[in-house]
Amino acid sequence: MLILTCPCCGVTGEETEFHQGGEAHLKRFGPGSADDDFHTYMFAKENPKGAHFERWRHNNGCGKWFIMARDTVTLEVYGTYPAQTFEPPQYIRDAITAKRPGWAWRDFA
Amino acid sequence: MKHYSAFAVAREALRHHMGWERAWASPEPKKKYDVIIVGAGGHGLATAYYLGKNFGITNVAVLEKGWLGGGNTGRNTTIIRSNYLQDPSAAIYEKSRSLYETLSQDLNYNIMFSPRGLIMLAQTEHEVRGYLRTAHANALQGVSTEFISAARVKEIVPIINLDGPRYPVLGGLYQARGGTARHDAVAWGYARACSAMGMHILQKCEVTGISRENGRVTGVTTNRGDIGCDKLGIVVAGHSGHLADMAGFRLPIESVALQALVSEPIKPCMDCVVMANTVHGYMSQSDKGEMVIGGGTDGYNNYTQRGSFHHIEETVRALIETFPMVARLKMLRQWGGIVDVTGDRSPILSKTPVDGIFINCGWGTGGFKAIPGSGWGFAELMAKGHSPLCDEFGLDRFYQGRFIDESVAAGVAH
Ligand SMILES: Cc1cc2nc3c(=O)[nH]c(=O)nc-3n(C[C@H](O)[C@H](O)[C@H](O)COP(=O)(O)OP(=O)(O)OC[C@H]3O[C@@H](n4cnc5c(N)ncnc54)[C@H](O)[C@@H]3O)c2cc1C
Ligand SMILES: [Zn+2]
Repeated sequence: MLILTCPCCGVTGEETEFHQGGEAHLKRFGPGSADDDFHTYMFAKENPKGAHFERWRHNNGCGKWFIMARDTVTLEVYGTYPAQTFEPPQYIRDAITAKRPGWAWRDFA
Repeated sequence: MKHYSAFAVAREALRHHMGWERAWASPEPKKKYDVIIVGAGGHGLATAYYLGKNFGITNVAVLEKGWLGGGNTGRNTTIIRSNYLQDPSAAIYEKSRSLYETLSQDLNYNIMFSPRGLIMLAQTEHEVRGYLRTAHANALQGVSTEFISAARVKEIVPIINLDGPRYPVLGGLYQARGGTARHDAVAWGYARACSAMGMHILQKCEVTGISRENGRVTGVTTNRGDIGCDKLGIVVAGHSGHLADMAGFRLPIESVALQALVSEPIKPCMDCVVMANTVHGYMSQSDKGEMVIGGGTDGYNNYTQRGSFHHIEETVRALIETFPMVARLKMLRQWGGIVDVTGDRSPILSKTPVDGIFINCGWGTGGFKAIPGSGWGFAELMAKGHSPLCDEFGLDRFYQGRFIDESVAAGVAH
């Protein structure tokens, strides 16, 4: 059971208060884009053993979306940050590097 | 391999059971094999078996990082059925179910296949319509199922409560030849038969890298040294994304924990498998008397092999309405496995962007029932380059938007 703190309203709650909404930092491709790009965006998942960036929503609380870095093996939460962020902030990357030296996720590390 | 029979049991009884041999050998790895299969779960072992049996390819190694059958194959709730909606699914699941019928004889190993019947309860009007549709589809596919009334459900399952306040039972989709089998025995039986054909089953042998030259696979790196191969089959369920990463491609798969639990053993009270998809729970009674209960998947991808705690409560709460007597039972064990889920809830049996590498994954929450059929088809795909059972399940279906949508028919874990 994850215990999460919402970065939007500051409330701490257990995972049943929240809902995971899939991978974060996707580069979106719409109609008219190349098949490869669309396929990668829509279907090819990172699915890593280790650090994962994902969108969460505080749906039984303030209802807002945010981004979270979480370890898929240890379930450690490396941190949360606002949904309006294009890349993981440096302090989050540092927190991951401290636990998983040499990690990689798309172009971020 | 010595034949198992009633006579063998009697003979061994007379000599204090000293004459049984090991069911499979544990050899040292060779430098190179024609085919390497990664993952000694049911699907990997069945693939190896049919490569040998149907295609005479026996220079094969099955590499397993833990012990054979220790993945989802040894963690599942063993439900076997073939009442799927789409034609390609019906074909491979029904092939599989029919192979299960004679698998004990074929392998000379008692896998305890028990076609005790299976009911998927319809507990909303939507489900009634959905299952009527599936029953019609199954009739066209040659899969024997029928939609039965609530009264008939009660006849088959006397412990059921038909008129729960939230989810009354309105009927059910019944497959009389669905049922269960002994999961470990399926892995052990295939392993023994593979070993008898001279194949190598290498346990505690973890693949940590995949070597390629000019876009073609040449072998794997393991904790027991480098091993070469002409063809590589990746059959590692929840770890597929990780292995694909080693080979340099990504998959339309996310890995997530799915859990199950069993009660204390009680006297026989339910000789049928019952699934309640609306409330996300299903139950059968094992030969030992435990009620075997399956629940939902976690809400986020992970590799923890235990599952979120609150799902136990959700599952049990839902089942108690439909089976009031389980409220009095104590839970004996709970466990989880990492399942590999695709967007359309259908498996992937496919070539990959790397020549010589084939992948069999995406069985998600429901691949135990598919082990013989998947092994049969995937062996053909690896041996000949295509297979009627697998062709629709290629990775290219995601590029082409050609989904095999089973998320309606199979919305729940099983
Ligand atoms: C709780 C639960 C209940 C289920 N209930 C049902 C059910 O009722 N009916 C049904 O049909 N299905 C059910 N399933 C699904 C079913 O268990 C799986 O689809 C099926 O067992 C998958 O078999 P497999 O051989 O592909 O994978 P596995 O049995 O998981 O085998 C994969 C093997 O690969 C090995 N491996 C992984 N990485 C490496 C590596 N790097 N090197 C070497 N080896 C590696 C693993 O150790 C593992 O042994 C259930 C699953 C779970 C978890
Ligand atoms: Zn909030």
